[in-house]
Amino acid sequence: MNDPWITLRQFTQARIAQGRVGCSLPTKALLDFQLAHASARDAVQQVWDVKIFAGEVEKLGLESLILTTPVSSRPQYLQRPDLGRCLTKSSHEILEARASQAIDVALIVSNGLSSTAVDDHGLALLQTVVAGYAERGLRIGPICLVANARVALADEIGALLNARLAVIIVGERPGLSAADSLGMYLTYAPKPGNTDAERNCISNIRPPAGLSYNAAAAKLAYLSEQALQRGLSGVALKDDMPAQWFTEIGGAALLKKL
Amino acid sequence: MNYSATAQGKSVHFRDLRTLLAKATPRRAADELAGLAADSEVERAVAQQVLADVPLRQFIEEPLIAPEQDEVSRLILERHDAQAFAPIANLSVGEFRDWLLTEQSDVAAISAGLMPEMVAAVSKIMRNQDLIAVARRCRVVTRFRSTIGLPGRLATRLQPNHPTDDPRGIAASILDGLLYGSGDAVIGINPATDNLHNVHTLLNLLDEIIAQYQIPTQSCVLAHVTTSMELMQRGAPVDLLFQSIAGTEAANRSFGIDLAMLREAKAMAENLGRASAGQQLMYFETGQGSALSANAHHGIDAQTCEARAYAVAKEFDPLLVNTVVGFIGPEYLYDGKQIIRAGLEDHFCGKLLGVPMGCDICYTNHAEADQNDMDTLLTLLGVAGCNFIMGIPGADDVMLAYQSTSFHDALYLRQVLGLRPAPEFEAWLQRMGIFDGQNRLAAARNATPLLTNFHGLPSA
Repeated sequence: MNDPWITLRQFTQARIAQGRVGCSLPTKALLDFQLAHASARDAVQQVWDVKIFAGEVEKLGLESLILTTPVSSRPQYLQRPDLGRCLTKSSHEILEARASQAIDVALIVSNGLSSTAVDDHGLALLQTVVAGYAERGLRIGPICLVANARVALADEIGALLNARLAVIIVGERPGLSAADSLGMYLTYAPKPGNTDAERNCISNIRPPAGLSYNAAAAKLAYLSEQALQRGLSGVALKDDMPAQWFTEIGGAALLKKL
Repeated sequence: MNYSATAQGKSVHFRDLRTLLAKATPRRAADELAGLAADSEVERAVAQQVLADVPLRQFIEEPLIAPEQDEVSRLILERHDAQAFAPIANLSVGEFRDWLLTEQSDVAAISAGLMPEMVAAVSKIMRNQDLIAVARRCRVVTRFRSTIGLPGRLATRLQPNHPTDDPRGIAASILDGLLYGSGDAVIGINPATDNLHNVHTLLNLLDEIIAQYQIPTQSCVLAHVTTSMELMQRGAPVDLLFQSIAGTEAANRSFGIDLAMLREAKAMAENLGRASAGQQLMYFETGQGSALSANAHHGIDAQTCEARAYAVAKEFDPLLVNTVVGFIGPEYLYDGKQIIRAGLEDHFCGKLLGVPMGCDICYTNHAEADQNDMDTLLTLLGVAGCNFIMGIPGADDVMLAYQSTSFHDALYLRQVLGLRPAPEFEAWLQRMGIFDGQNRLAAARNATPLLTNFHGLPSA
């Protein structure tokens, strides 16, 4: 039932060459899609056990802080993004009490829209990111772990920690082909009220199908150094890092073929 | 002006025009999130009655955002054409609905006399079938290498995204799409990263595919407009210039743009002279809730903000305007019902304002919606005369992690409604042996030369 060019699936997870019955999908392809959608829907509702994750972070020899937002359930998280963008009073006080000396980078981890993503890739990515910053001599604060956060929460945390940069590692919305994708957002001079135009984003971190930990951490280190040097982030900070992968996979040869 | 009414023995008062507009809006998560929505169904129904009595002139006299605070408001007022407005100048919002639904009314003639707020207002007291019936009579035709928006035609954006922008994966999805007759509006990639080298590579890839097979379509890599500007300076082959836009100056600032920047970028792209059939080259995307998401809505409901974004689009004579209706998530459009309604409103408002509207008929996995809802909206927009929809392998975008419409969906819509691809592209599909001359996939399309050459893709 599939189309003869199905061999091209070796290059992409996209649902290509599915074949057709009339104008429609063959039954198997249709039901595969339904199952994938059901899995993604279930993944969105899954809660994150932040204490277990904190234990793993400690094992890496890193200090972690568990913080909270006013969000009380996954359904509320989905409908009230405003609540995911602020800390509870007690968490606010915890950060206020300890922010004495300035740091370079405030690192935050949240499950966001996919607890699976942060459980599958969060620790390994965090480890790679921390190592990248250590190599460059950048000081990081405690790893702030927050369930049910939105990206902009990093602004408040970064400001309270006197950080020059805020970086949040967050679970991305589950798709049909993958429920385990992480994103990282970087903001220079974080403070409540930062707009999305002031952020740089690295997304689709989910090896092996998506970006690898090393590639993501290298990109983050590059953007962080650029942001600190130039005193800005976001749209004005262009990512001009040479693309290694292109030569690696022989992209130029491909172009000739096409 | 006093916005009040008595309903069921109680007096109901609305503070100002923007409050009235928000309260009159069909139920929407975004307005509830913003604290602007009606408190009850009765308050909503009464607000609609009060809104129906508001004279259209009131929108000129009571700008929702003071023009001195907002360049989009200034643009709307500056571009308002009093002469075109004259035939409807004495109508109220309710009378305007009646006028629009009257078959003899020349909708195109008054388009330049409309402000987006007037169009948003009338849409709030229109049923879904009204939105379809009126939009169907508004045609907006644009051209670059293909002609989009002609009656009886439906174009598609081929969207071959890949999670790491791997050119082989992208090429595979492009080939799949072309073999299913997709891609006449644009072959448009959302890049996984805005990295300059990466975007440049993708632009070259699209340029070579289109040139080699002489495909009458245009390419786009949907990077930030400043990325495209930088790459144009480096000599990259930019066909369409993309940018997300919104309906307030502050929301546009949160996207890192303003009107002056868009003007500069458009002039740069025009200088490349890459079009053959026409001169439109801007591609904009919008969506209800974007201004609220940027905390830049000024107390205006999401749908009215969205209509104002079309005034921004119109200023730049775009080839394509795409409302990405369900992408933003359930906190703005909660379920299939709200997504369907918003899609019809956006298409209606855009068309009435003279903008070449297409729709990314879509939803995310945290919304209460599924592919059945998309089938419904797809069919309704086909009837309404939507210029273009998305074509994504199996409706599953493996980079952006959401579901839209598939290559198959476009074939379905073309079949049940007798809609054909853009004329130049239809001729090309026949030439390549992909279509059979009767608006259907050819039985022998596996013999297309396209497939033979693509077999030369390097192995992984």
